[in-house]
Amino acid sequence: MSGITLVLKALHHGERDLEEELLKAAERHRTDHEIHHVATDIARWSHEHAARLADTGRHYGLDLSGPADDPSPGFLATLREKAAEAVGRRPEPGLLLLHDLRDLHLAATGNSLHWEMLAQAARATTDSRLLDLATACHPQTLRQMRWTNSMIKTLSPQLITSV
Amino acid sequence: MKDSTDRIADPWGGRTPYPPGAAWPARTDTHLAAGVTPAAVDRWVQSASLLHSNGDAMDIAVKDGRIVGVRGRADDRVNRGRLGPKDLFGWQANASPDRLTRPLVREGGRLVESGWDTAMGRIVARSKELLRERGPGSIGFYTTGQLFLEEYYTLAVIARAGIGTNHLDGNTRLCTATAGEALKETFGCDGQPGSYADIDHADTIALFGHNMAETQPVLWMRVLDRLAGPDAPRLLCVDPRPTRVARHAAVHLAPRAGTNVALLNALLHELIRTDRVDHAYVEAHCVGFDELAARVADCTAEWAAAICDVPARTITEAAELLGSAERLLSTVLQGFYQSHQATAAAVQVNNLHLLRGMLGRPGCGLLQMNGQPTAQNTRECGANGDLPGFRNWENEQHVADLARIWNVAPEKIPHYAPPTPAMQMFRFAEQGSIRMLWISGTNPAVSLPELHRIRDILGQDRLFTVVQDLFLTETAQLADVVLPAATWGEKTGTFTNADRTVHLSDKAVEPPGEARPDLDIFLDYARRMDFRDKDDGPLITWHDPQSAFQAWQKCSAGRPCDYTGLSYDGLRGGSGIQWPCTEQAPDGTERLYTDGPAWAHAEACESFGKDLVTGAPVTEVEYRALNPDGKAVIKAAEYLPPHEDTSEEYPLQLNTGRTIYHFHTRTKTGRVPQLDSAAPDVWAEMSAAEAAARDLREGDLVEVSTPRGAVAARLRITAIRDGMVFLPFHYGYWDTAEGHRPAPDTAGRAANETTVTDWDPASKQPLYKTAAARVALLRRTDGTPGPAPTTTASAPLDPGSAPATTGGPAAHATQHTDDEEGTRP
Ligand code: SF4
Repeated sequence: MSGITLVLKALHHGERDLEEELLKAAERHRTDHEIHHVATDIARWSHEHAARLADTGRHYGLDLSGPADDPSPGFLATLREKAAEAVGRRPEPGLLLLHDLRDLHLAATGNSLHWEMLAQAARATTDSRLLDLATACHPQTLRQMRWTNSMIKTLSPQLITSV
Repeated sequence: MKDSTDRIADPWGGRTPYPPGAAWPARTDTHLAAGVTPAAVDRWVQSASLLHSNGDAMDIAVKDGRIVGVRGRADDRVNRGRLGPKDLFGWQANASPDRLTRPLVREGGRLVESGWDTAMGRIVARSKELLRERGPGSIGFYTTGQLFLEEYYTLAVIARAGIGTNHLDGNTRLCTATAGEALKETFGCDGQPGSYADIDHADTIALFGHNMAETQPVLWMRVLDRLAGPDAPRLLCVDPRPTRVARHAAVHLAPRAGTNVALLNALLHELIRTDRVDHAYVEAHCVGFDELAARVADCTAEWAAAICDVPARTITEAAELLGSAERLLSTVLQGFYQSHQATAAAVQVNNLHLLRGMLGRPGCGLLQMNGQPTAQNTRECGANGDLPGFRNWENEQHVADLARIWNVAPEKIPHYAPPTPAMQMFRFAEQGSIRMLWISGTNPAVSLPELHRIRDILGQDRLFTVVQDLFLTETAQLADVVLPAATWGEKTGTFTNADRTVHLSDKAVEPPGEARPDLDIFLDYARRMDFRDKDDGPLITWHDPQSAFQAWQKCSAGRPCDYTGLSYDGLRGGSGIQWPCTEQAPDGTERLYTDGPAWAHAEACESFGKDLVTGAPVTEVEYRALNPDGKAVIKAAEYLPPHEDTSEEYPLQLNTGRTIYHFHTRTKTGRVPQLDSAAPDVWAEMSAAEAAARDLREGDLVEVSTPRGAVAARLRITAIRDGMVFLPFHYGYWDTAEGHRPAPDTAGRAANETTVTDWDPASKQPLYKTAAARVALLRRTDGTPGPAPTTTASAPLDPGSAPATTGGPAAHATQHTDDEEGTRP
């Protein structure tokens, strides 16, 4: 497997994963309405990215259209348990939300770095197909990162100091 | 010429046609209490309208210490003497027998009368306790769009520099937040680029989601007078309802709810495709054109037609209208602001004007409207989730400047995060991190979405709520302390309308009982809290309206909303004056941006902008890179499908809105006989096809329900678009047996029982016009038609199916026009 296919594969996995995590976070934080709606909206970007990656992958001998790998259980499972106990009226869900935003941010950052790698590799090999893909998708990944970051910045003062 | 008309039956009165470029002829509207003649009036006291955002100037008639009527001010630039029905009759609410006259405090679960000392003592004790134990973030203030400038500014200083909380917002969040945000996105700064006088010059007027006939009736009179004159302007109307605006429009587009961005992208696509672009203007004054062109490249009329469910041909006609305009005036209101992708849609209207170079010249105006009369003041004074004087919370210099004016340490002013918008404050209260909420002049228990949730939040034991209002509103009934406030006509102050015109409103009569002006209440609180500046002097150094105004002038100096050239004396006697008003511009400023945008430089701007989908702030570094020369930003937006779409279970789109006869939650207008009987109860509107599909008839009692709740209303069949049901949002419960909520296990009366909790991520304005609903028959009509007015957008499709709305002799007002030569009497 070439370096490029490795990155494509990692990115495809990362985008699918992020889509799923965004949708789960949207579900968990239904009562935090802005989180719920925006997470749902921007999960769509990751969905598109994964589809385009699968499409592009075919030109590099990759079949990325299969079912998504299971996201690692550990941490998510614990979160889900906690969320099940949590009712909308307690402060703890606020901390849980910050934690989820942090994870989403790290996931998006991971994807962003992969997009960067892909774009650089594309430049080095003057592969315009790959460069176009990265140029089209990377900005939306950056927007996902900015969103999680700004939500953390906005909510932390209130949610952390009030517990 | 003087005549008298029923201004309930004919809300806009008689015509005074005029040609383009001419001054709008004066027409003085007067309404006095039965039996009172103008000669019998003791005094006329200068004021302006507090029941909608037009800012109509008027004089209050006083006789024997009571308000007995009103008369328009013919010299005023805003209304030239005209008044709308709410202006003409609304003043009677001041004298309602059920005004609050003494403070109330909760004792053993009940509200009982108390003195001011007791009531304020409780508020101060709780504030201090919370500050000690939980910090400033546990206290929030939720105000209105109906106080005066002096009051907002005082409240802003108390909240930001006294308490030091991030939680201060106005109900302008529900009304005008998107207007402010859209201006910030495009011009870097709030401030209306247009002027009402642009109506006099425009050859094309486009109203985007703006039922001007009902929301700003006097402004609509100006349009009607142009339409009746030579070389009338052509109108474009975007509205799903058959409003009066739609009836006069050359092109009417009635898109599916939640698709405004798709529609606007198609209009922009057409303008670019046909090269109706002022390239020289774009080159000189804008950044971002290429991005927009790329974004809308595929947004053809056919593409949008499929999304918006309007004919592609009508979209091209609309684009043709906009593209061929030489003097284009656009206005935007709730049809955009309270709908899906609010800011993104409003910003596209700005883009239209930038593309066409239609700004800063007579007739080339842009009015991102307000619904509330003093909404502009919350924005200027920072009582709305901004910093005072359009300062940028992310700009250390701006914060330092504010700290200098207030003589506090910059750290005292919270600016580590954006100020908290109202909907988030309620979320914090729900979660328990906000423990005290001081609500002044607004009624969230009727006006916020998903009312059972709001009632639950306000009803929590751990949340201490203070309500300051005129009446025992639905919200006040849930409060721990209720403070009786004085209102318009009973206190002095200034306020500013949507086109930046500042008016003075003088005190005419004494407030009832122990009711006090809001300013006095805030000043009393500041005194009792003993807020200090950094030299241990009192934080608040003013003591009455005029000294508060002077304090505000200092804060506004050098900012776009510069008030330094204004004074009470300058405003008294004359007409309203538009800010900025300075030594250099002593008569005010009619149009902003006559030489292109002026406040978009990174050092000056109020905001670096936001991502229109996520709401994440653009960073300063990005902004500088994008816009190094401080030009206007053409910001493209992708269309996203609405968050709650129709389904088999909920097949209709729910739309909410208002009628000309009421304001807000009817706190005042419901207590005015002429207005109350014109629109006495909630109704539901549907098209004939949708009614027939459900075998429903005019006047049937139906239940409109969504996943959140239900409303019972009589049906009115109108020419509204198919696939939609409309509810007016004014009706609450104070005049029902339950007082503040629906009777147990029955459908409610307030439209917000059904609306969704969702808001625009950029402006944080709640989306009252995006929900899915179903309609079912509750009871067949006994022949009584729906209680909706017949004079407005709710007019029945079959005129014979409901008696015409009239007001009778009590609703007569005189209108006095100049003679034919145009000389004034
Ligand atoms: S009625 Fe509508 S437009 Fe008027 S103030 Fe309220 S929200 Fe704004």
